[in-house]
Amino acid sequence: FSLCLVGTGGMACTMGPEPFAEDSSDERPKWDNKFQYLLSCIGFAVGLGNIWRFPYLCQTYGGGAFLIPYFIALVFEGIPLFHIEIAIGQRLRRGSVGVWKAISPYLGGVGLGCFTVSFLVSLYYNTILVWVLWYFLNSFQDPLPWSTCPLDLNRTGFVEECQSSSAVSYFWYRQTLNTTADINDSGFVQWRLLLCLAACWVIVYLCVIRGIESTGKVVYFTALFPYLVLTVFLIRGSTLPGATEGLIYLFTPNIRVLQNPRVWLDAATQIFFSLSLAFGGHIAFASYNPPRNDCEKDAVTIALVNSMTSLYASIAVFSVVGFKATNDYGHCQDRNILSLINTFDLPDQSVSRDDYPALLAHLNATQPARVAQLHLRSCRLEDFLDKSASGTGLAFIVFTEAIIHMPGAPVWAVLFFGMLFSLGLSTMLGIMEGIITPLLDLGVVPRSVPKEALTGVACLVCFFSALCFSLQSGNYWLEIFDNYAASLNLIIFAFFEVIGVVYVYGMKRFCDDVEWMTGRRPGLYWQVTWKLIGPLMLLFIFVAYIVILAQKPPSYRAWNPQYEHFPSHQEKLYPGWVQATCMLLSFLPSLWVPAVALAQLLTRRRRQKQQGVRPQL
Amino acid sequence: MLWPLFFLVTAIHAELCQPADAENAFKVRLSIKTALGDKAYAWDTNEEYLFKAMVAFSMRKVPNRETTEISHVLLCNVTQRVSFWFVVTDPSKKYTLPAMEVQSAIRMSRNRINNAFFLNDQTLEFLKIPSTLAPPSDPAVPIWIIVFGVIFCIVIVAITVLILSGIRQHRRNNDGPSEVEDAEDKCETTITVENGIPCDPLDTKDGCLNDAFVTEGERLTPL
Repeated sequence: FSLCLVGTGGMACTMGPEPFAEDSSDERPKWDNKFQYLLSCIGFAVGLGNIWRFPYLCQTYGGGAFLIPYFIALVFEGIPLFHIEIAIGQRLRRGSVGVWKAISPYLGGVGLGCFTVSFLVSLYYNTILVWVLWYFLNSFQDPLPWSTCPLDLNRTGFVEECQSSSAVSYFWYRQTLNTTADINDSGFVQWRLLLCLAACWVIVYLCVIRGIESTGKVVYFTALFPYLVLTVFLIRGSTLPGATEGLIYLFTPNIRVLQNPRVWLDAATQIFFSLSLAFGGHIAFASYNPPRNDCEKDAVTIALVNSMTSLYASIAVFSVVGFKATNDYGHCQDRNILSLINTFDLPDQSVSRDDYPALLAHLNATQPARVAQLHLRSCRLEDFLDKSASGTGLAFIVFTEAIIHMPGAPVWAVLFFGMLFSLGLSTMLGIMEGIITPLLDLGVVPRSVPKEALTGVACLVCFFSALCFSLQSGNYWLEIFDNYAASLNLIIFAFFEVIGVVYVYGMKRFCDDVEWMTGRRPGLYWQVTWKLIGPLMLLFIFVAYIVILAQKPPSYRAWNPQYEHFPSHQEKLYPGWVQATCMLLSFLPSLWVPAVALAQLLTRRRRQKQQGVRPQL
Repeated sequence: MLWPLFFLVTAIHAELCQPADAENAFKVRLSIKTALGDKAYAWDTNEEYLFKAMVAFSMRKVPNRETTEISHVLLCNVTQRVSFWFVVTDPSKKYTLPAMEVQSAIRMSRNRINNAFFLNDQTLEFLKIPSTLAPPSDPAVPIWIIVFGVIFCIVIVAITVLILSGIRQHRRNNDGPSEVEDAEDKCETTITVENGIPCDPLDTKDGCLNDAFVTEGERLTPL
C-alpha cells in the first residue's frame, strides 16, 4: 500500500514498505558474510586520497594541529552523513536511483545525478590507475627506468629536457604522459597508455562481472593488501636515515594555523571526499545487506578505520619523504663541497660535511671573489622537507625518487605501485557499483540479459569514453575532471540526501526504521547532526567552494620545455571553451534534480487533468 | 754548455704547457679516493709517467701521429686535488698539436686510459672532452610488455572461465524443472507487512515456518 496523496498534488508521496514486496519477484544478491561487506565499504572509502592528499594537508596545515579540525569534521559531518547513506540503502534495498525515487519521486534526480557523477569519476579515476599500472609494469627491472636519463643522439650527454629537470620528472612527463605544452594541443593517443587502459578496464570488468558475487571475493585482497604494504613501508621507512626528521616536521603542531578558515574548509572537504559520500556506492553496497543489520556500528567503524588509515599512511609516507629530503640535503652539501674542492684544488675527499661550514667561512674571508663566482646554493634541510607534494606529484615524482635511493629499489617500487593499484581498484569497485546497481534496479535491460553482459557493456562504454585521457593532453583534462566534475556536484547531492531523508522521508520515520534495523533509537547526537549541523556544514562548504573558485580565473600548470623558467611549471589560463566545459561539468549533473522534479510535476498535472475529465471510480 | 740548453727546453716547456692560456691544453682531474676508497694509491711522478704513456699511446692510434713519444706529452701545474694540465707537442717540440686531434684520440682510447688507473669517466675527468656514454642495455622486448602480457592473459582467461560457467549455470537453470520454482514462490523470503510492522524474512529452505510457533514476540502470524 502506498499513501500517494494524489488528490492534494502534494509532495508527500511517501511510499511505505512497499519496496519490500517488489523484491519478491527478484531475490536480491547478498554478501557472503558481514566481513565482506565491511571490507568492500572500507576499500571504497580508503583510496588514493588517503595516501597522497591527507599527508600533504597534514603537513601544510601545521602538522598535528590539523587533526583537530579533521576529527571535528569527522564527528559532525562525516559519520552522520555516512550513517544516513547506509541506513537508507539498507532499509530501502535499492541502489541510489531506486532509493530516491522511493523516498519521493521528485527527488529521483538526486539518484540520477549520483549515477552521472559516478560515471564521470570512474573515467578519470581509472586513468590514474592506468598510470599506476604503467609504473608497476616498469618496476620489474633493475635499474629502474626512472633512475637515469636517456642519452641524447650522439651519446655525449643526456637528453636536454631530462638534464634540466630530473630523470624522474622526465620519465613522468615525457615517457609516460608525453604531455604537450598546452591544453589546446591534444596530440595523439599514446599507445602504451592505451594498452594499459584496456588492461585496467578488463581487470575492473573481471572484478565486477557478477556484481557483488565477484566484488565480494576480490575485496579480500584489494582491501587488505594495502595495509600489509603500508606496514612493510612503515618498518622499512623507520630504519632509513632521516625518517625521524620527516616525521617530526610532519607532526609538529602549529596551533596558530587554525585561525585560517581555509584549514577548516579543507578538513571538511577532505572528510567528505575521503569517505566517498554521495556517489551512490555506499547505498548500493548497503542495499545488499540483510535488513536487520547494525548500520550505526558499521558507519562508525568504517569511518574510523578510514581516518586511522589516513594517519597510518601519512606516517609511512613521511618517513620515506623525510629520508628523501635528508638524502637530497646531503647531495646538496656534497655538490657544494665538490665545487669548493675543484676550484681551490684541495685534495680529494679532504672536506667532510661537518668541516664544510668552517672551510666556507675561511675561504669567504680570504678569497671572497672566487667564492662568489661559484654561486653556491645554500642547503637547508627545511627547504627539502617543504618540497612536499600531493596527488600524482607525490606518487610519481617524490616517492619514485625516494625509492631509487633505497637498497633493493625494484622490490619497493613493485610493492608501492601494487599497493596504489589495489587501493584504487577497491575504490573503483565501489564507483562501478554506484553505476551498475542503479542500472539493474531501474530495469533498463530485460531480465533475460545476463548480468555479465550488462557489466561488460558498462565497462566497454566507460573504456571508450576514457580514451580522451590517454591523449597527450590527458593529464590536463584529468585535473579539470578532478577539480570540477566531482566536487561541487557531490556536495549538492549530499545536501539533498540529508534534506531528503530528514525532511521529506521524515525524521521520525527514519528513526523508526533505524530502530527496527539496529534495535536502538538514534540518540540526540544523531538527530542534531542530521537535522542541523550536517546540512549547515554542507552549505558552508558549498558557498566557500564557490567563493574560492570565483576568486581567480581558473588556470593550470603546464609542462613546457621551452619555458624560460623550466623546470618550473608554466601557469596558463584555460581557454574559453575549456572554461565553458568546466562550468558544464560543475553543474550539469546537478541539473538532474530540478529536471526530474519538473518532469514529475508536469506528469502529475497531466494525470490530474485526465482524472478530472474521467469519472471518479 | 748544456745548462743554457736545459733552460731553453724548460722555457719552451713552460711556454707550451700553460694552465688556461694554452689553447690546446686540456685540464685533467682525478678523484682517486672517491673511486677507490681505502685502496687509493698516491699520485706521484711514476703515475704521471704512466699517464704520459697512455696519452702517447692514444695519439699513436691517430693516423699521421704514429711516432708520438712519451716525451712529447707535457704535464704541468699538478695540484693536490690531483689535477693538472697537459699538452701534446709535435716531434719538433715547437708547437702543440691541435685540440681536435688530441680530443678525438683520447675519446677513442678513453676506456683503456680509465682502466690503467682503475678509474671511470666520472673520476678521471678530461674537462673539455665529453665522454661517450655507454648505451643502456635495452633488451629486445621491453620488460613491461612481458609483464603486461602475462597479467592480461591471466585476466582474459579468468573472465572467459567466469562467463562460460555463468552460461552453463544459466542453461542448467533453464533446463531444470520449473515446477520447483512455483512451489518455492509461495514460501519466498518476502518481507510481508502486517499491521504496519514488518515481519522478518523467513528461511524457507525447509518449507514454510508457522509463525505462531516462533518464540520471538515481535513476529505476527501471517493471515
